[in-house]
Amino acid sequence: MDTKIAIETLDLYYSEFHALKNINMRIPEKEITAFIGPSGCGKSTLLKSLNRMNDLIEGCRITGRVLLDNDDIYANDDVNLLRKRVGMVFQKPNPFPMSVYDNIAFGPRTHGVKGKAKLDDMVEEALRKAAIWDEVKDRLDKSALSFSGGQQQRLCIARALAVQPEVLLMDEPTSALDPISTLKIEDLALELKQNYTIVIVTHNMQQAVRISDKTAFFLLGEVVEFNDTDSLFSNPQEKKTEDYITGRFG
Amino acid sequence: MEKRKEEIMKFVFLLAACASIATVAMICLFLFANGLPTIGKIGAADFFLGERWRPANDVYGILPMILGSLYVTLGAIVVGVPVGILTAVFMARFCPEKIYNVLKPSVELLAGIPSVVYGFFGLVVMVPFIREHIGGTGSSMLTASLLLGMMILPTLISVAEAALRAVPDSYYEGALALGAGHVRSVFFTVVPAAKSGIMAAIILGMGRAVGETMAVIMVAGNQARMPIGILEGVRTMTTNIVIEMGYAADLHRDALIATAVVLFVFILIINLTFSYLKGKVVQQ
Repeated sequence: MDTKIAIETLDLYYSEFHALKNINMRIPEKEITAFIGPSGCGKSTLLKSLNRMNDLIEGCRITGRVLLDNDDIYANDDVNLLRKRVGMVFQKPNPFPMSVYDNIAFGPRTHGVKGKAKLDDMVEEALRKAAIWDEVKDRLDKSALSFSGGQQQRLCIARALAVQPEVLLMDEPTSALDPISTLKIEDLALELKQNYTIVIVTHNMQQAVRISDKTAFFLLGEVVEFNDTDSLFSNPQEKKTEDYITGRFG
Repeated sequence: MEKRKEEIMKFVFLLAACASIATVAMICLFLFANGLPTIGKIGAADFFLGERWRPANDVYGILPMILGSLYVTLGAIVVGVPVGILTAVFMARFCPEKIYNVLKPSVELLAGIPSVVYGFFGLVVMVPFIREHIGGTGSSMLTASLLLGMMILPTLISVAEAALRAVPDSYYEGALALGAGHVRSVFFTVVPAAKSGIMAAIILGMGRAVGETMAVIMVAGNQARMPIGILEGVRTMTTNIVIEMGYAADLHRDALIATAVVLFVFILIINLTFSYLKGKVVQQ
């Protein structure tokens, strides 16, 4: 399996706080990689390092390298292009307060796509890929905020897909959703991995088992174990991993 | 004993609260009791739509003043809104802290300057400037609009800035994550999300412009005739009252009170619109 993202000796500091310690990881292409671990272990922080959303945080400092297709994303100044290639879905659904259509078209418009016919096609394609086209096709001009939480999250996934990314980062995408919506998002993720590399942060270990190919277990800013999901959960190599997945802490 | 103290204090607070309500009620009563019969006496059509204001002949048409107020207010909005909203956007999303620490107090100071000082500035700086460089006598609708545009800036800026700051960061981050730059993220997600609040800021600015008297009187020319051009003088409802109240008697005096009734209704409409928009902001 080809490596899509390679993280090499990455350290991250929030001012004085050493939040991520010597992370080395190869994220395979067109698979789902899950980050698990207790709150504050650094899993979301690492996720946000992959599309440089940490740049927004004052006092955040990163050393080491993150290679996307062998190019160091921190050596390149075009953050906008990076974020076009590496899309993100947030913990809380955050559709913009505008129509469904304008939400999905926001990304393509940002990257210079003009012409109604072209945009119409891209919007439909993105919504179909996110498996929400049938639910919204008659309500494209309605405010995205008028939909349920689960639908909003799938709209956000569609919005991210509309810019034709290669990688999709998902930061606890189902933690604010009900079980049925959660299942829909999980099915969608499994569907999408045929074409996209997916990295998902989750609090829910069953979710990691259900959908991911590889899992990384984080503790106190370190990756304790990174392995195939099946092996990690059935035969953990580290005592700490075993304690965590058997529910002894966290 | 303790309980009794509480009862007494509660009564004191109630009394204090009633004071402001009583003030509004008394003003309403005074205005409408005096103004409405006068409008009846003059004739509603003659009063609201009359194009002539000739107290000496007992002709009281306030259409010129209604239009005057509307035009200078609109002018102030045209001048003030672009500057004010862009300043608010700058302060909320672009401004480095060092500049903010200077900008914010400056805007607050602008709000604290007495309107007669604005008027004086208009009179000695703007009126001659417009007379020499643009034309007319200088005392004109244009001058009044420009000056009012400056005066409503602090209101616009502070209300709009608060609205922009209230927009959740998730919109901004969502746009960035799609590869949008800072400017695009701010103007196409944060600003639209603050739409109701920005509208409320504009409405509040309108309220200030409609009600402003002292500064307008010093730069607007104050001719009681139908507005004929932006370089010509204009009289607003507020200035109409101030200019003539000192010597008015009988029906003339009552007609000025009736003018105040119209002004009051204008402000009432503006405030209701503002409350409605603010309610919408809270709902979001």
